[in-house]
Amino acid sequence: MSIWCDENTRLLVQNITGRTGRFHTAAMIADGTKIVAGSAPGKAGQQVEGVPVWNTVAEAVAETDANASIIFVPAPGGADALLEAAHAGVELIVVITEGVPTLDMVRSLPVARDLGARVIGPNCPGIVSPGKCKIGIMPYYIHQPGTVGVISRSGTLTYEAVDQLTKLGLGQSTCLGIGGDPVIGSPFVDVLTAFEDDPDTSAVLMIGEIGGSAEEAAAAFVADEMTKPVAAFIAGQTAPPGKRMGHAGAIIAGGKGTAADKIAALREAGIVVAESPADMGTAMKQAIDQGK
Amino acid sequence: MKIHEFQAKEILRSFGVAIPKGGAAATGAEAEAVARGVIAETGSETVVVKAQIHAGGRGKGRFASDPDLGGVQVVQGAAAAGQMAERMIGEVLVTHQTGPEGKQVGRVLIEQGIDIARELYVGMVLDRAQGRVAIMASTEGGTEIEEVAARAPEKILRAIIDPCFGYTPYLARQLAYGLGLEGQTAKAATAFMGALARAYQDLDFSLAEINPLVITADGDVLALDAKVNLDSNAEFRHPDLAALRDESEEDPSELEGKKWGLSFIKLDGSIGCMVNGAGLAMSTMDIIKQAGGEPANFLDVGGGAKADQVAAAFKIITADPSVKGIFINIFGGIMRCDTLAEGVVAASREVGLEVPLVVRLEGTKVEEGRRILADAGLDLVAAIDMADGARKIVELTQ
Repeated sequence: MSIWCDENTRLLVQNITGRTGRFHTAAMIADGTKIVAGSAPGKAGQQVEGVPVWNTVAEAVAETDANASIIFVPAPGGADALLEAAHAGVELIVVITEGVPTLDMVRSLPVARDLGARVIGPNCPGIVSPGKCKIGIMPYYIHQPGTVGVISRSGTLTYEAVDQLTKLGLGQSTCLGIGGDPVIGSPFVDVLTAFEDDPDTSAVLMIGEIGGSAEEAAAAFVADEMTKPVAAFIAGQTAPPGKRMGHAGAIIAGGKGTAADKIAALREAGIVVAESPADMGTAMKQAIDQGK
Repeated sequence: MKIHEFQAKEILRSFGVAIPKGGAAATGAEAEAVARGVIAETGSETVVVKAQIHAGGRGKGRFASDPDLGGVQVVQGAAAAGQMAERMIGEVLVTHQTGPEGKQVGRVLIEQGIDIARELYVGMVLDRAQGRVAIMASTEGGTEIEEVAARAPEKILRAIIDPCFGYTPYLARQLAYGLGLEGQTAKAATAFMGALARAYQDLDFSLAEINPLVITADGDVLALDAKVNLDSNAEFRHPDLAALRDESEEDPSELEGKKWGLSFIKLDGSIGCMVNGAGLAMSTMDIIKQAGGEPANFLDVGGGAKADQVAAAFKIITADPSVKGIFINIFGGIMRCDTLAEGVVAASREVGLEVPLVVRLEGTKVEEGRRILADAGLDLVAAIDMADGARKIVELTQ
């Protein structure tokens, strides 16, 4: 198994006719994902990489039974695209878009959740269950099927972590980037819950960064609820306070959200924390060797 | 995006938030004219002159050139206001939030003097854990809220705005009566918070702080200070607010980065970094520090950077005289290593490469990228992974 996406995922691409949408549609198909439909207003009847395009998500879902969607819609329409997919009954919605206004996410996420949708992102690289399905923009070749679950607030730092795991012979069940924004669809705790329940995930590598308190919440969850070994890394140990470090959510505000606080909370919970980003893979190996 | 107090107050006033009478001035003469108007309106000679910079602690801060002078002064009469403005404008104010270099004052805000009976705090902020906006209120006005949160968290009352319905008045009533306000003052405070919440929602604020919110001797409720940050991601909805950006408050290299769509932050060290992705960029800083070096900047060239953006990034880094070496750390996903290599080659041909360069490339089109760098004959050191790269650049710059 794996979490949230697998060989039964039937993917829809929103804004499939845009430059990024086209590029990643081709890449995801090459990586083995079953893409059944695309949407783009005014482009009904076209095909992208052999995938049929509809004007609306509702039509595309009605015609193809798509059960997951990936959003490449520019930021001003990000929340609109999310709501369109959720109202069409899509179960898993991955919002790749960076730069969606915070209040748009504040307002749209509860609606999407009430409609039963699982949302990943925004501002994320997506989700991949190696050997089964990729809904995202990550380089697929670095992955290897296996039993380590990977969760991260970052994009390229996740690739770095996955690359280290694969080189150590530690394959992955599912890897996902939850997004670098302050308000996201699936915080660490949701993903940890899913990994704990997934029989094919044996251990979890979690990559956090400065800002907010999601890592502290995750640490408490790991201590209280998880039986599987967990390793972690926190980016931004040298980040200055008050500055937004690229991600909208990566900011130390009012002395809160420092890497030091997060690392302390994670260690307190018995999690193996890598000091250096070069040691994320070995930290996971160490956590697996010592067991929970 | 940060804006000045006088800008925040003008915006809030337009939403019906109660603000002291006054206005901004960029010269002593302007300040005197504004003060004359305020005095005519209020009948009181007491006016306040407040230095406008993007940092808190102005009252306790001191001018570098005038160490007895703080950034907020009460004076009598329009002529005195004009003279005080002249002492402040163009000078550097140092507060606990500016760092020792301080910030130059471009404008002052002239306001009526207020007869303060009580100081409260009202703020609005995103509660990240809940993904909702919270209104916070406290009786501990005039003190930094982080300090109150650490010392007496029970003194901060919170009301969470329903994300789907938006603000509704009972939230403010709970806070106003919770603070112990009564009668007309409680009603005025409720109206005040309602107007603030509407401004926050309609204009996509990311932070609003009224500290202090004052109750006057007459029982009126007024925003004595106002701090507002705007959500940069929502700029497209409010093109008029973009004009409030004060570029003189920002680092020139950071502005140049923004112009090119790069996320660049200037730091104090000597090793320039070029990385794709915010998380990897932060970790690259971390690993440089662990190897014994100090990063000169944070730079995320982004996912889909083109060769000209990479070249611009390279020029921004090399333009910094404190940079003694450069570490390029790329894990290509959408970003292709060949694009990165083309940008670096083009920029180094244009501006020259006078410091050591260590390059670590991995991911999409990595072989092509390495070949482009090798063929260009650049004097660079290749790294096999990020730890190796950090070690090498630190060695080369020591």
